[in-house]
Amino acid sequence: MITAALTILFHGLAFAMVLYIVSVGLGITMGLMNFANLAHGAFAAAGGYVVVVATRSLGLPFWVALPAAFVVVALAGAVVERLVVRTLYGADELRQVLFSIALLFMAIAGFTAAFGPLQQQPEIPAALSGQIALGGVEFPSYRAFVIAAGVVILAALWLLIGRTRIGMRIRAAVDNRNMAEAIGVDTRMLFTLTFALGTGIAGLGGGIGADVLSITPTYGQEYLVLFLIVVAVGGLGSIFGPFLAALCIGVVDVAGKYLIPEFGAFFIYGVVIAILLAKPAGLFGVRS
Amino acid sequence: MTAAILETRALHKNFGALAVAQNINFSLEPGRFEALIGPNGAGKSTFINLLTGLVPPTSGSVILDGQDVTALPIEARVKRGLVRTFQINTLFNNLTVAENVILALDEHHGQGWRPLPSPSRRRRIRDEAYDILGRLGLTPWGNREVRELPYGRQRLVEIAIALALRPKVLLLDEPAAGIPSTETGTVIEVLENLASDLAVLIIEHDMDLVFRFAQRITVLVQGAVLARGTPDEIADNETVKAVYLGEGIHA
Amino acid sequence: MPRPTVRVEPVKRLSVPHPGAAAPSTWRGLAMGRTGSDLAIAILLGLGALATLAFGESYWLLGSQVAITMIFALSVDLLVGFAGIVTLGHAVFFGVGAYSVGIASVRLGWTEPLLGLLLAAAVAALLGAATGVLVLRTRGLGQLMLTMAFASMVYEIANRAKPLTGGADGLQGMVVSPILGLFDFDIFGLTAFLYTLAVLAAVVVFAVLMTRSPYGRSLVGIRENRVRMQAIGTGVQKRLLSVYTLSAALAGIAGALLAQTSQFVGLNVLHFSLSGEILIIVALGGAGRLWGALLGAVVFTLFKDRLSALDPAYWYFWLGLLLAVIVLFAPKGLIGLVDRLLAAGRPKETA
Repeated sequence: MITAALTILFHGLAFAMVLYIVSVGLGITMGLMNFANLAHGAFAAAGGYVVVVATRSLGLPFWVALPAAFVVVALAGAVVERLVVRTLYGADELRQVLFSIALLFMAIAGFTAAFGPLQQQPEIPAALSGQIALGGVEFPSYRAFVIAAGVVILAALWLLIGRTRIGMRIRAAVDNRNMAEAIGVDTRMLFTLTFALGTGIAGLGGGIGADVLSITPTYGQEYLVLFLIVVAVGGLGSIFGPFLAALCIGVVDVAGKYLIPEFGAFFIYGVVIAILLAKPAGLFGVRS
Repeated sequence: MTAAILETRALHKNFGALAVAQNINFSLEPGRFEALIGPNGAGKSTFINLLTGLVPPTSGSVILDGQDVTALPIEARVKRGLVRTFQINTLFNNLTVAENVILALDEHHGQGWRPLPSPSRRRRIRDEAYDILGRLGLTPWGNREVRELPYGRQRLVEIAIALALRPKVLLLDEPAAGIPSTETGTVIEVLENLASDLAVLIIEHDMDLVFRFAQRITVLVQGAVLARGTPDEIADNETVKAVYLGEGIHA
Repeated sequence: MPRPTVRVEPVKRLSVPHPGAAAPSTWRGLAMGRTGSDLAIAILLGLGALATLAFGESYWLLGSQVAITMIFALSVDLLVGFAGIVTLGHAVFFGVGAYSVGIASVRLGWTEPLLGLLLAAAVAALLGAATGVLVLRTRGLGQLMLTMAFASMVYEIANRAKPLTGGADGLQGMVVSPILGLFDFDIFGLTAFLYTLAVLAAVVVFAVLMTRSPYGRSLVGIRENRVRMQAIGTGVQKRLLSVYTLSAALAGIAGALLAQTSQFVGLNVLHFSLSGEILIIVALGGAGRLWGALLGAVVFTLFKDRLSALDPAYWYFWLGLLLAVIVLFAPKGLIGLVDRLLAAGRPKETA
């Protein structure tokens, strides 16, 4: 009984943290720029591929590959934002959705061409490939690392958004963009930075979470619903909302699949629909 | 005295601890032209929103034509003849002026669910739309998209849509706002020629307009009715002068 | 300045007393656009269908697919282009329609095709009404996500309910009776082609009339300005729910046609990529313009037939690129280009 509860909790937490790391950037960019980026998952997949290439082909250590994933994907995000996304701010929702689907499809084709259709696994350092005992139950230590990483990223984002000048500007612009511009905030630069940050973290999440959400070309499409759920339930423009949403969804999903394997996959949708009906703006929406 | 067409009983609205409408008792009889005035933030727009159903009251009730409509949604109140215009133009900018009015006429005639077109009915509706546009001097603009019109003309389209709904009560939220003073004449003319059995409540900052037309004025301050009376009474009311009108108004 | 528009009204209307009304008074809002382009596309599509019938035996099967996609595209355009509701889960209604006739045939032995269409429409409409109540309560991102969530849920159900749907293997062994007891489905696909064309024609006539009706105009009104529609007495929620349900029913009919003409139903009819593709088709053709959606469906299906024959992965690349180009450079879609083409060919006295 306790073993089952621990197992559910542990794996639920690991799943939740991956969801959080990948999705949080989506919520921030959506809250700030009002841009519905359905290609967000493709950036996460790109991060996963960076880690795969770095650890497998280039033989780089995992601890170098992770920051590399962040940097490479953030740069890619910045380029995409500067070149095209920028022209679609303020465009109607349909155009944004379509454009990001276009990006998503091209990414899927690109990944397939470069890496083939099969799943890719990054090389995990020896220190993380063993088991760890918690409350008398053995768990894979890599997933413990995933959980820790989620908490660290939440803390880092909280510091960045809550305690720095850049973070203050981001919060101000989410709150009232016109006012922020009126007092001289360079929102153009801010948008690029935020988009890069959001996609970079997603890339990190793709790399860290490859064990939970496997890296395949269609990653960005298969898990898109999950990411959108986390953001919609958590609320746009918030960093804590998606955390709680991811926790809730991760644990419910794992519990459902563990306890009632036949119908486990539906639990999460039930929960989501219930939450959104009660609170259409999400749990902690700064902006609906 | 005829029965009121629109009435509020102890209408109250709190936003948190702030009372933006305090037990307002108000009534309006058919054919009357009354004004609602008050300083900025007095709760005039909130009062209109409470009347139309955009904002639900904390307590109290809205009575329209003898029936309690407090629980009814906006559209049901419109169907019963309670029609408003908006302070800031809220129009279908990409549709033509005539189309804006036709949309309203379709709804008014209960045709909004009609899934098939009927050429003869359509011609009739269009003629009806142009009748209304004619009354507002908008005929030449009928086939232009609303966004091509100068702002003052767009204000008139607001009124045209409202008239298409054949209101029993018309709530005009600052109909002259944003119109250059040279053009307010058209609005005045329109207001003068409204149907005689129509009850009108106008919110307006232009005191000349208010004191020229209103048969009775209600002064709202901090969500409460400060005074209510004829223009002369209001102009002479010491409290109103002190709080709102200041000196030298309407000698 | 007045746009050049093809007039349908008799000329004597010019003499009516109000001068403003003298100009053409078709419903000119974004919805109806320019009748010239509509007419040109209608003629083009009609000729294409006739030519395929007469000379293109090997294209009859593809032709049915095109016609089915056109019906599906119309259903989505009514929702997205006219009422302004963005959905990324419309395949759910297409798929449910397909499975309805499939299951009715394979499990229950109900093989009558026209009743099958009715059944599919009814089941899809029911599902549309039930989910629509929830989907339409939210806006924007939440709405998009709910449409996707419902679609994923139904996909998952179809995947699990093997005894009913055949799961990942698909529903095989479907039998369809001759249409009206007279026309059997032949191996060349002629009956299928004519059948889908007939249904398409009926749906197009209905959709064109509907968009010109007060009801259709009220949908445009809601898209353009929801607050104002409420203020003129429209029950916006109910109106949107009705079009959501209607659109679901049309999508269900399209799905049923696919099941009947291919006599197979696979999970792909419920997949996210189909929801994405149909949205792309509408945008490609020009959202909010029925004839645009129809043109988009033809161009897209032919394009896909050519390119995905090469390699499905490349197809995704070309699809993405095409879509990006459309969004960035031709936001009004193909029909927008037709508009410009016709405008360029016309003398500019009215400019």
